[in-house]
Amino acid sequence: MNTISKADMKTLFFVAIIALLAPFILNPFPTDSGLAQFNAGYPDLMQRFAIYGILAIGFNILFGLTGYLSFGHAAFLGVGSYSAVWMFKLLSMNIIPALILSVIVAGLFSLLIGFISLRRSGIYFSILTLAFAQMSFALAYSVLTPLTNGETGLQITLNDPRILAAENVSGNLPVTTLFGLEMRDTWAMQVGAWDFQFNIGYYICAIFLLLAFYLSIRIFRSPFGMMLRAVKTNQNRLNYTGINTRPYTLAAFVISGMYAGLAGGLMASMDPLAGAERMQWTASGEIVLMTILGGTGTLLGPVMGAGFIKYFENIFSKINDTVLHGWFSWMPDGLENIIVWVLHLFTGKGWHLTLGIMFMLIVIFLPGGLMEGMSRIGNWWKRRKGDDDAESKSTTTAAE
Amino acid sequence: MGILEVQNVNKSFGGLKALHNVNLDIEEGKIHAIIGPNGAGKSTLLNCFVGKLTPDTGTVMFDGHSLLGIKPYEINQLGVSRVFQTPEIFSELSVWENTLIPCFAKRDGSFTLNALSRVSDNKDMAEKAEKMLVDVDLINKKDMLASSMSRGDKRRLEMAMCLSQNPKLLLLDEPTAGMARADTESTIELLKSIQKKLKITMAIIEHDMGVVFSLAQKISVLAQGTVIVEDIPENIKGHPKVKEAYLGEAQVEGNMRDD
Ligand SMILES: Nc1ncnc2c1ncn2[C@@H]1O[C@H](COP(=O)(O)OP(=O)(O)O)[C@@H](O)[C@H]1O
Ligand SMILES: [Mg+2]
Repeated sequence: MNTISKADMKTLFFVAIIALLAPFILNPFPTDSGLAQFNAGYPDLMQRFAIYGILAIGFNILFGLTGYLSFGHAAFLGVGSYSAVWMFKLLSMNIIPALILSVIVAGLFSLLIGFISLRRSGIYFSILTLAFAQMSFALAYSVLTPLTNGETGLQITLNDPRILAAENVSGNLPVTTLFGLEMRDTWAMQVGAWDFQFNIGYYICAIFLLLAFYLSIRIFRSPFGMMLRAVKTNQNRLNYTGINTRPYTLAAFVISGMYAGLAGGLMASMDPLAGAERMQWTASGEIVLMTILGGTGTLLGPVMGAGFIKYFENIFSKINDTVLHGWFSWMPDGLENIIVWVLHLFTGKGWHLTLGIMFMLIVIFLPGGLMEGMSRIGNWWKRRKGDDDAESKSTTTAAE
Repeated sequence: MGILEVQNVNKSFGGLKALHNVNLDIEEGKIHAIIGPNGAGKSTLLNCFVGKLTPDTGTVMFDGHSLLGIKPYEINQLGVSRVFQTPEIFSELSVWENTLIPCFAKRDGSFTLNALSRVSDNKDMAEKAEKMLVDVDLINKKDMLASSMSRGDKRRLEMAMCLSQNPKLLLLDEPTAGMARADTESTIELLKSIQKKLKITMAIIEHDMGVVFSLAQKISVLAQGTVIVEDIPENIKGHPKVKEAYLGEAQVEGNMRDD
């Protein structure tokens, strides 16, 4: 079986290793040190890395390959979450039926939205998707309250039917499982001053991330993927080649919608609730940012972009004034206050400012995103090594 | 009975009458040249054949079907391919992928979600694409990005893309413009051999009279949106009306005297 090339296999393997060792890699600082707050190796955040990674990979299949910029993908995320929670309420706490329904419902929903939005391209397409997503948000927030529980959000309760589940005698809310394996189960490992956490939920998400990544490699290298890239570069030529591009773009739209549904389902599987805010346009915008930041149209970029944004969101937003004062307490009081006042703008609630500035810098100086940054560093490194080799060669010849 | 029959086609852009009662009859299996000074309406006429423009009035019949009011991809599915004056290729893809795409395109335009096989696993497509690239002499540039090629190479790539579809009618809009002499000659040879082998009907717009007279079996001369003469090459050369139309176009005049 030779389904993917050696180079792609290497990339996949690389992602698998990172995902497997994430609890170590993301936890470089000892628990009691002042830097511990930069650690990201806790279950909640690691789960989010993987889930948003899936979301961005899926989004990239549409945006990266066809160039159609959807501003409404959060709607599919939200629909996925609602579907999953309904499965937890009606069927059982097993995440598999929940995820299946999430993907199916998001797929159908994106088929509908895609069918209409793809009648236009460019900015009009983006506006149509945005309008649909905002409509879904508004519906979920008010009109569809029986389905979505409106403002409060959809949650599981003790009174839910859960027809496939054994009777709950504990009196506690049940937890999500994979055939009995509880998502919240975490095994902590202490090594010296370090505290590493291995969480079942995270590893489930990571497995789905790998599957999602593998499928995206297959799509990128397939004739279908090639057609999608052709759509991006010249739709006219495709038309003059006898190809109606609509089925291709619609298929890409539905596939990426299903990825978003899976991400939404996983989100609810890690924490069984779903709210309308998950569908808001800011959430859609975030997906776009992740993909562009990481590198649109690259395989790995979107995953990196997702990790990057989620890391900053969670870490920078936790640096409040108290923390800042702690860091700069060694300074004279006046200076300390000034510095804290300045940094205050960029941390805590102001993390969006930091993110915004970084996004601008990257888009201006690295239009290809983080992936371009990496390949530039790689090239620079190779050239430097090449120069070194040349130099050492010339010195040896000189010595002779 | 021609394979392409154009009757009384008119097209205006605002106040400008680009095509005025154009009649054209292209016979099956022939190479038909459309010549005329710049701005005569030659490209506009071809645009009316591929669904890029719709004539204000008139009919365009191809092989028994009207080409008006149907989508560009439907026109192509009937067997009409076109090489454009400004190359329409997939600039951000490699030359190889450019050639593969028409090979993967189904003749009837049907959609298959071929998302799990690798492009490189489709050996028959690769064979076809390779043959096409050899024919237009671009095989050693197959890994180049299409946008980085010269204009002449782009046009030959576009020609390969069109030919790989094995069209019934091939429309060529100034196919040798921007090509080096040697490439022009090999292109003429290619078109001749294709026509002999596959009997593809061709309509060719060309400025280079050398190319026109060595390829065409019939020539229509367009001036200011009207066909002023339609005849076999021998009768076109010294035709007074043609000379008049070209008056002032010194370069073409020179070209015509050369032959
Ligand atoms: N899309 C268009 N809009 C307005 N004017 C056009 C358009 N296309 C062509 N024209 C005009 O129609 C006339 C014929 O153009 P064209 O068919 O390109 O000439 P050529 O014989 O050189 O190919 C020109 O005067 C041109 O400016
Ligand atoms: Mg022209």
